[in-house]
Amino acid sequence: MDLSMLWYLVPSVVMFVCGIYGFMTRKNLIAILISLELMLNSADLNFVIFNRYLFPGSMEGMIFTLFAVALAAAETAIAIAIIINIYRAVGNTDINEVKQMRF
Amino acid sequence: MDSVGNIVLYFCVAIPLLIFSIKAVTSKKILRSATYLLFVLLGTAIFYFQMGYQFLGAVQIAVYAGGIMVLFVFAILLTNKPNEKDTETKSHRKLWGFLVSISSLVLLVFALFYMPLLHGASLMECLSASNTITMHEIGEAFTGGGKFQYLLPFEAISVLLLACIIGGVTIARKE
Repeated sequence: MDLSMLWYLVPSVVMFVCGIYGFMTRKNLIAILISLELMLNSADLNFVIFNRYLFPGSMEGMIFTLFAVALAAAETAIAIAIIINIYRAVGNTDINEVKQMRF
Repeated sequence: MDSVGNIVLYFCVAIPLLIFSIKAVTSKKILRSATYLLFVLLGTAIFYFQMGYQFLGAVQIAVYAGGIMVLFVFAILLTNKPNEKDTETKSHRKLWGFLVSISSLVLLVFALFYMPLLHGASLMECLSASNTITMHEIGEAFTGGGKFQYLLPFEAISVLLLACIIGGVTIARKE
């Protein structure tokens, strides 16, 4: 039995689809951010899989994933700052309560 | 041909990964979904280790599972009352989400099975075809300006992180 590329791509696909479902259905802003992280993580995993199986001699996919992880950290920090600000202004983090861009 | 240990490790990681990623988006309690997300990120790190990217797995654990999850837990505890459940989603939103996710699942699986090279080499062959990535190589790739070297993106990331610190402080500061 061989661990071919498909074996690693299937969990990645499931992760991405779960992220889409959560992004569409959740109402809490932090839960939406969690779904976003799931999708981002699945994309990172794909970079690494394609690097390992199609171009085993190089490491460009890994470098790209390293940059993506740094970007994800920055994005999450800013998003959480915005969510906390929304909580101060509105009183909860429900996405339906946020109707205007400026308070 | 892959070793039995690798295959067993794969299943020990992949099945919880699937379950936890589903639980992360369906769990009613927000702190629980953050915990499930943590397990998903750790499982991904184990995949990175298994594929021979030790440095990337370490970064995944340190930055994602360490840093970002702490941020998430902080934000959840600051904005949610304990034991508060997420309000029930309207059924038509659930239906829409289900439809969109199922259609994208079908599309992605279709694309997967029509991809050439899908049943190519096994993990062992790929691992033996590549030499292990040393810290020396990673350091040279990040600090050089030649081909396959990434000094400019590296510096851009550092500026981005500085901008992110200033932006975060400015946004979250009390007036």
